[in-house]
Amino acid sequence: MIRLEKRPQPSRFWTAATPVVAVLATMVAGGILFAALGKDPFVAIRTIFWDPLFNEQFAAFSRPQLLVKAGPLILIAIGLSLGFRAGIWNIGAEGQYIMGAICGAGVALAFYPLQAWWLFPMMVMAGALGGWAWAMIPAILRTRFNTNEILVSLLLVYVAENILASMSLGLLRNPQGSGFPGSRNLQQYPSAANPELIAGTGMHWGIVAAFIAVIFAYVLLSRHIMGFNIQLAGQAPRAARFAGVSPARLVIFCLGLSGALAGMAGLFEVAGPAGQITIDFNVGYGFTAIIVAFLGRLQPIGILLAGLLMALTYIGGELSQFMLGLPAAAIQAFQGMLLFFLLAGDFLINYRIRVGRTAVV
Amino acid sequence: MTETLLDLRGLTKAYPGVIANSDVSFRIGVGEVHALLGENGAGKSTLVKMIYGLVKPDAGQMTLRGAPYAPAEPRAARADGIAMVFQHFSLFEALTVAENVALGMEKPPKLRDLARRIREVSETYGLPLDPERVVGDLSAGERQRVEIIRCLLQDPKLLIMDEPTSVLTPQEVDILFQTLRKLAAEGTSILYISHKLEEIRALCDTATILRLGRVVGTCTPRETTARAMAEMMVGTTLKTPTPRDHALGNVALFVTGLSVASPGAFGTSLKNIQLMLRQGEVMGIGGVAGNGQDELLGALSGEIRSAPDAIRLAGQPVGHLGPNQRRALGLLAAPEERLGHAAAPDMSLTENALLTGAVRKGLERRGFLDWAKARSFAEDIIRTFDVRTPGPGNAARSLSGGNLQKFVIGREVLQAPKVLVVNQPTWGVDAAAAAAIRQALLDLAAEGAAVLVISQDLDELMEIAGQFAALNEGRLSDIRQTAGLSIDEIGLMMGGAHGMEVAHV
Repeated sequence: MIRLEKRPQPSRFWTAATPVVAVLATMVAGGILFAALGKDPFVAIRTIFWDPLFNEQFAAFSRPQLLVKAGPLILIAIGLSLGFRAGIWNIGAEGQYIMGAICGAGVALAFYPLQAWWLFPMMVMAGALGGWAWAMIPAILRTRFNTNEILVSLLLVYVAENILASMSLGLLRNPQGSGFPGSRNLQQYPSAANPELIAGTGMHWGIVAAFIAVIFAYVLLSRHIMGFNIQLAGQAPRAARFAGVSPARLVIFCLGLSGALAGMAGLFEVAGPAGQITIDFNVGYGFTAIIVAFLGRLQPIGILLAGLLMALTYIGGELSQFMLGLPAAAIQAFQGMLLFFLLAGDFLINYRIRVGRTAVV
Repeated sequence: MTETLLDLRGLTKAYPGVIANSDVSFRIGVGEVHALLGENGAGKSTLVKMIYGLVKPDAGQMTLRGAPYAPAEPRAARADGIAMVFQHFSLFEALTVAENVALGMEKPPKLRDLARRIREVSETYGLPLDPERVVGDLSAGERQRVEIIRCLLQDPKLLIMDEPTSVLTPQEVDILFQTLRKLAAEGTSILYISHKLEEIRALCDTATILRLGRVVGTCTPRETTARAMAEMMVGTTLKTPTPRDHALGNVALFVTGLSVASPGAFGTSLKNIQLMLRQGEVMGIGGVAGNGQDELLGALSGEIRSAPDAIRLAGQPVGHLGPNQRRALGLLAAPEERLGHAAAPDMSLTENALLTGAVRKGLERRGFLDWAKARSFAEDIIRTFDVRTPGPGNAARSLSGGNLQKFVIGREVLQAPKVLVVNQPTWGVDAAAAAAIRQALLDLAAEGAAVLVISQDLDELMEIAGQFAALNEGRLSDIRQTAGLSIDEIGLMMGGAHGMEVAHV
């Protein structure tokens, strides 16, 4: 008979080991899935995890993509993780990402074609402000009327998508774009562009911001009273009130910060790799970042690694679609498995499995 | 009555790291009131859980009326005529009494018939209860009656009662005892679990004493002194806390016209609380659980805000201030619920030391935390209050109840409060730790702090408090000197018998 037993202390070993075990288990289960689809599982796994970085033919293109994709994931996930630790669930980072991009790009297009050094910093501010304002809607509704921030923030994603469509067809449309939807390309507007900083690496200002966010979150969580209060509120809400934490202020802080970071991620994307506001500008970074946040155990360093890993499965997934003809849904299932195994593995941190008898003598 | 109802032989149950019961054997006779006596952690709960089918023993046998008895689940135990009233009630607050009783039955009759049966049983045993009332509106004593009646409807042969008097006033205890005696006279056996020795001497025919999972003695309570039983229970001679003589100082805490609504739906709102506490004074606040104790602690700690003037600390209005601002001024508190309120279960002791100590101990500077200082503060608490733990890095939940309580009280005491408010400071704590905690509170008062002790343990309040008042439905009684106060008077201050009547024997 198998029994579960609660550990007196969370296990340090399993806290560190579950992500590794989850990745290995995903490879095994994913391999079985790919084999069932009639593909060689070893080739498929190699194509996803190895080829994007080391294959001579593709690596030159896909290696910089790793940072390009991981940057926004990390930046958004860092913001989300703070809220998640406090039990404040911002599911609408995708919407905040869109609004940040629209506001930041809006500032650039308003000043077009002015060339000034201050334009890009101002766009970053506008992007952060746009994401922050969009996140304030669920925050204020929750603190004032006790609405559920999960639903409100999620539904606002669809509102943001419609605003995005309207913007790329209307207000922000390129006047010289012969009627095609979409704004001017900011990459061709030097003062507003977010260029690749070191050629061939994919490094742009958004990645720099993501690294700064990781360090900021690490210091906040380990050294600052705000980080302590966030963790306390998530683990023991009554104890947090007893310690003098104001739940409303925490909601405003966490949603605001995650919104601002998501907005900044949107701005860096629209001024950099994407280049312009289009109807299909958003590709789901805001949702994937939720997985990244949990995959990284809501720890800043973990999120950094998880963001890179997740970006790798994206790039590898695309590559395997292209090379092996794997269906896109199989790649998504594969990514889903990763989260599933991780959450299942989490159980082992607080419980141990005992196999043995419990019979009465 | 020598006929044996239930015979336990060599019952053993081990959990990882602890042996809850080791080779426990005793017999319960038909119609006998049998006490199971022991400190918290002595293994009483595990033992009754085995009898009630909630836990399977690792070794040993039970026989019920001579036949082997090994219930696989509580349902089987109930079918064999064993019923249990738990210390913590399992009732749905939003449902009526009759609906709650029906939910616990295998084949509930129609609600109308059930209501009639409830009325019959409640009248026979002197436990008046209206089956139509919503449980959320009932007092703790009345809720216990629901549980008892739920058991009596099954016509049990053995009734297990786990610490039944912790939620009752002295008058309610008297009435409960009459009911239990009547049941025993009708041939129902009762297994009565408690650590209150006077009650056991008043009620029980036989007592089995457990310590660290083993039977350490059997006695006839009527012929044994409470002290002798206590020493068997604890295993050593007990040291009683001693107050030190000291003069009272200025008014430290002045509460007037304090009325606040309870934050919870079924909580008790505080109504016009008045009290005054001098430096060096210990005041005890008694009362049955759920009469506003949590709310009073919250209103004083700053978790619940009130009008600024309702609470004055050394003359300064503080009613509108939050917990940390009050801490800065010297008003500290220790809530009843250790895990989740006074301490965060999954956080380390260092982090838990920071939880309330950040302000007064200077563990935080401009928002940044001084972990080294927090750790040494935690180590200081552990050393001074003899908290048994490998170190400050351990999670709060890994500590036993008594050790965590010592940590929680020690954390506040070592911050040198001007006023300390504690709720249930020794609840669920073993006798040695309880004595240490009480002594710490007395020493704190001797050094000039004002101490307000909210507790349901009247013996504790009589032992350490100079002044006594009781909470009843959110109102505070008049404040009286403890010396010369009789149990009857205290009972009346606590609200008397809450509409109970004596069993018609």
